[in-house]
Amino acid sequence: MSTTTKPDTSETSSPSNRITGSEAVVRCLLEEGVDLVFGYPGGAIMPVYDELYKYSDQIHHVLVRHEQGATHAAQGYARSSGRVGACIATSGPGATNLITGIADAMIDSTPMVCITGQVPKHLLGSDAFQETDVMGITIPVTKWSFQITDASEIPEVFAKAFYVAKSGRPGPVVIDITKNAQFGELDFHYEPCEVVKTYVSRPNIGRDALQEAADLINSAERPYILFGQGVILSEAEAELKTFVEKAGIPAAWTIMGLSAMNTDHPLNVGMLGMHGNYGPNVMINECDVMIAIGMRFDDRVTGNLDKFAKQAKVIHIEIDRAEIDKNVKTDVALVGDAKEVLNLLTPLVNENSHDAWHQKFKECDAMEFDKVIKDECSPTDGMMTMGEVIKNLNQHTNGEAIIVTDVGQHQMVACRYAEFNQSKSNITSGGLGTMGFGLPAAIGAKLGAPERQVIAVVGDGGIQMTIEELGVILQTDVHVKILLLNNEFLGMVRQWQQLFFDKRYSATEMVNPDFQKIAEAYKIEAKRIDERADLDQAIQDMLNHEGAYFLEVMVGKENNVFPMVPSGAGVSEIRLE
Amino acid sequence: MPQQITIAVFSENKAGLLHRVTTSFTRRKINIESLTASQSEVPGIHRYTIVVEITPEDADKLVHALEKQVDIQKAFWYSNDEIIYREIALYKIRAEAMTDGSPALEVVDRHHARILSVEEHFTVIQKTGRREATTQLFEELEPYGILEFVRSGRVAISRPMKELKDYLAELKVASAR
Repeated sequence: MSTTTKPDTSETSSPSNRITGSEAVVRCLLEEGVDLVFGYPGGAIMPVYDELYKYSDQIHHVLVRHEQGATHAAQGYARSSGRVGACIATSGPGATNLITGIADAMIDSTPMVCITGQVPKHLLGSDAFQETDVMGITIPVTKWSFQITDASEIPEVFAKAFYVAKSGRPGPVVIDITKNAQFGELDFHYEPCEVVKTYVSRPNIGRDALQEAADLINSAERPYILFGQGVILSEAEAELKTFVEKAGIPAAWTIMGLSAMNTDHPLNVGMLGMHGNYGPNVMINECDVMIAIGMRFDDRVTGNLDKFAKQAKVIHIEIDRAEIDKNVKTDVALVGDAKEVLNLLTPLVNENSHDAWHQKFKECDAMEFDKVIKDECSPTDGMMTMGEVIKNLNQHTNGEAIIVTDVGQHQMVACRYAEFNQSKSNITSGGLGTMGFGLPAAIGAKLGAPERQVIAVVGDGGIQMTIEELGVILQTDVHVKILLLNNEFLGMVRQWQQLFFDKRYSATEMVNPDFQKIAEAYKIEAKRIDERADLDQAIQDMLNHEGAYFLEVMVGKENNVFPMVPSGAGVSEIRLE
Repeated sequence: MPQQITIAVFSENKAGLLHRVTTSFTRRKINIESLTASQSEVPGIHRYTIVVEITPEDADKLVHALEKQVDIQKAFWYSNDEIIYREIALYKIRAEAMTDGSPALEVVDRHHARILSVEEHFTVIQKTGRREATTQLFEELEPYGILEFVRSGRVAISRPMKELKDYLAELKVASAR
């Protein structure tokens, strides 16, 4: 196997380099600049934990309460910091509990390295205690994975793992290490991986295609940019802004692209998708040239593909070749890193403005404001709405905070209304839609960006899926703010039941615990409000509080999120009510 | 329209890689009709030859999904007219059915099949060809009693003249960027 380094003989090695596999694991993490890992110990990973104990002055281990929490925390950490998230679990159930987070990181392109313990090599396949086929289970949801059965393999595999996780289109990597490899010895030499000969991390950008794209853009009358997380992952925020401003093209973000541009940028026209803004959806079928940047035409963005931008020439800037023509047929493909492509493309496009075309978005905005936003964000009677809570939050954060959401109605509302003025500020489970993501991801996000205010916006359903991670806040003293929008329903499912299942509310009503008492049990300052009059002060108190804070806001039970592109409909069929 | 498509996947031979290859098919509910693993002309590079029934559009997507896997070098797809391909089939026939002048022997001759081995109780026939040819022989031998039958997966050689090593050289340049 090419990834196996030859065991060094003892004559050639200096005594200080001769270490155990478990120490090598920790040394590899240090070599990769990892100073924080999320994990949970267990039998098959104990040698590594023993080394973590010795290296505790250099690596901070955050003890989660369930391995799923470790993965989401690592994801939140990766997305707020731009670094690779790392987590550790034991074999068997420890490893299987990681799967949801690994799948989430895979579909949302989050760089993450997961280390799992495994039974000793001689017991593989014997149904040993806490043995599970981690490779078999994780292969479909990882960018790469490797099982180490000999200590000598550790440095090379770790170097490759970190390189693969963070390069190209990032993603999760699993390293499964048998216990004998942890106990075994090796001569430790670490060389960072810079190339994997079977893998292209930075595709060469075609010059002809660049000119072709520029020609299309320069001759377009109604050009339209759709951008996604690729902009953030390639750190192309400034390049995007320059491109957008020079060409004068309206630009809409996907849910994963939120915060890659300032919310209040004049050419930022809002959010795409099923619950995105009205203009960005309907203009898809009005534009003549579509420029998709670092996004993958997810079905929640496109709706019915047969009714998606059939009139437009499509330029797709994307690092992953497999995304080209996967969902939307492309006229010009620019396969490459978004930053690199934009740097080459911008000089080729003419300075321009498309005021009349841009004006059409504004007309749509006015309609959406009238039909949806006015009542959602500035209601005067009835129970509070999620929209008014987020609007109030904006007034206090000024777009400076990192907003981490769970999944459901509150997620859509937060993504629609939260304002951002710096990148890496929106952390949400976009592709997988993982309930339970919010709280642990917020913990990770805060640890990845300690100087920033981090707010977990969660629902009463999702938070209960990973509520045990309040224990991390207690033990590690993480200063996250938890904003629970409680409608005592699994609101998004209930909304669909109302609209498409004739109000048969099957298993969506929640009988909830007293969240205040739960927060109190974890020694987290908490407050619950029911009255609109208390909202502003409550938000202010939450943000001003020195430590973690749990604010529960009771909101209307049967409010709906609009606009909405019904399932199976085209984007132009978006409903405002 | 779905059609018979042959996919060639080139990679180093590593534990777990076959699983990575097959999950690319199974997650799309593409049934694998046959799969053959073998060495290639390039030292250290193995090839999988996989036959499926899919549309050319899906074949494009599948090949790109395969190629993006970190440990896979290259993947190609071919329609049947772009390849020369064969399968090998072995038939185990009761010895008494294969005596001199028997009709079964005449069937074997007519199909240009080979007698691979003559044992005390049985004879093994070998037929190399396309699926239809080996199936036809099976059907004609069936009345005489087939004790055992096995057919290999497809092996295929592509018609285009560009060599794998040239693709690999391009990949080497691209990966080192």
